Amino acid sequence: MSVLIFIDQAEGHVKKASLEALTYGGDLAKQTGTTAEAMVFGTVAEDLTALGRYGISKVHHVSSAALDHFDAQVFANVIAKVVEETKATVVVFSHNQTGKAVAPGVAAAVKAGIVTGAVALPDISNGFVVKKSVFSGKAFANVNISSEIKIISLNPNSYKTVAGKGMAEVIELNVPVPESKIKITAVSKVSGEVPLTEADIVVSGGRGLKGPENWGILEDLAHTLHAATACSRPVADSHWRPHHEHVGQTGVQVAPNLYIALGISGAIQHLAGVNRSKTIVVINKDPEAPFFKAADYGIVGDVFEVVPKLTEEIKKMQAAS
Amino acid sequence: MKILICISKTPDTTSRIAFKDGNTKFEENGVQWIINPYDEWYALVRAIELKEKDPSTVLHLVTVGAADCEPVIRKALALGGDEAYRVNTQSDDSFYIATQIFEVAKQGNYDLIFTGKETIDYNGSSIGGMVAEMLSMPYISLATKFDLNGSTAVVAREIEGGEEVCEVALPVVVSCQKGVAEQRIPNMRGIMSARTKPLKVVEPAAAEALTNITSYELPPVKAGVKLVGADNVAELVRLLHEEAKAI
Repeated sequence: MSVLIFIDQAEGHVKKASLEALTYGGDLAKQTGTTAEAMVFGTVAEDLTALGRYGISKVHHVSSAALDHFDAQVFANVIAKVVEETKATVVVFSHNQTGKAVAPGVAAAVKAGIVTGAVALPDISNGFVVKKSVFSGKAFANVNISSEIKIISLNPNSYKTVAGKGMAEVIELNVPVPESKIKITAVSKVSGEVPLTEADIVVSGGRGLKGPENWGILEDLAHTLHAATACSRPVADSHWRPHHEHVGQTGVQVAPNLYIALGISGAIQHLAGVNRSKTIVVINKDPEAPFFKAADYGIVGDVFEVVPKLTEEIKKMQAAS
Repeated sequence: MKILICISKTPDTTSRIAFKDGNTKFEENGVQWIINPYDEWYALVRAIELKEKDPSTVLHLVTVGAADCEPVIRKALALGGDEAYRVNTQSDDSFYIATQIFEVAKQGNYDLIFTGKETIDYNGSSIGGMVAEMLSMPYISLATKFDLNGSTAVVAREIEGGEEVCEVALPVVVSCQKGVAEQRIPNMRGIMSARTKPLKVVEPAAAEALTNITSYELPPVKAGVKLVGADNVAELVRLLHEEAKAI
């Protein structure tokens, strides 16, 4: 058995979610007494040997510039070839946008059982049982994979990145890359902001903020905390905020260290998107808001008064520490 | 134009989640079943809109499940599907389910296959990518907009930290999410006509399940909220810093 981790990179840089997958794969290899190796595609600007700090011994690099643009079909094809080449028996992805697009195709190509949205290392005492998030975060399922090759995609923010010491050997792989059938005509990156699914802290606003013109206090707080901004479904549906900020059962599911909800009542569908957060803070003037039941800390009060004070107090705390 | 839309039944979004038989089975008692919202609101409704633009478009639905899926499939027909296939088997394994859909899809010669981005119960987000690979078709995941320009699909999709627009010649498999379309409610005419639309039951193809659920768990119950006075915001900051170590 050996573990192979897919590293997702953007503009040459390795994503945080991939470092979590690397640490997870490295720990899995230790647990099963085998080695962990990684694969990365396209033009990379980083020193790949340094990825050895996450517990991997080799990085297989397919440098073809054709892989600088993501195409799920092409990536699945190339990954399947690397799996064959390395004789890997467990393949680890991050369950981010790229992983969601490509891991299932690889599973079909190499006939592997797949568990997506994993939150912990497998239990190998009796089979190969992976714990995953189900019912949009309202429960977990333990899933046994019985196929020879196994694929796990790891939920972002559910495994702590640990960098130790070590250098990885970089192996340039010459794998034929099929031609992409997809032509990318426009790319819009949200620049300068923290991507929602990777954020350690998320500040989210609901109807209690009364209108898009009042988002300044939320953004000030988010900026102070280096947090990503999010919103509830009614806010996105009223076009106060873009749809990609909608957190909830039918929107984005997040699992940050800290989720701060401002003026959100906490409908069950919203909670489904945030209940894997480690700490939840709710600020709402309605003491009966259901969100308080799911919160760790709360303030019953007017967001327009409390939030600017909160930002001030955090700045004071940051200046003092 | 022939479009196949993959439909799954899921518990309603407000359902209480509980388990039985030593936490090995989902407690279905009292659960209201709905069409998986991503399959319905986005995939199916967008397909219906495409048919409204080009009435020669044919919409087929496929679901993998037992007879208790039929009310949900009838509702999808009432919204606007032309005919439906139910593969008569039940499984939690995505490889097994994708194989069943692949068998239906390869016989239908579809130009376009739509899925929701995931089901809200198992949250696998795997079926579209697997079916695409099995059919050797390109796969566009997490679409937020979908249009047709002749036989070219123009799709906006979510990528890490942003969005991109891409073009691909049909056939293609697309997983749909918010933005692709808006929720609709079936009208009386649709409901009446759905009763007579063909719903074909097909027996499953031989395939292996590569995974199985051994048990379920509920998350640990929260200790309860610690309330801080609105005039004492500094105390909240202290708690978040010193106790929760979150900031």
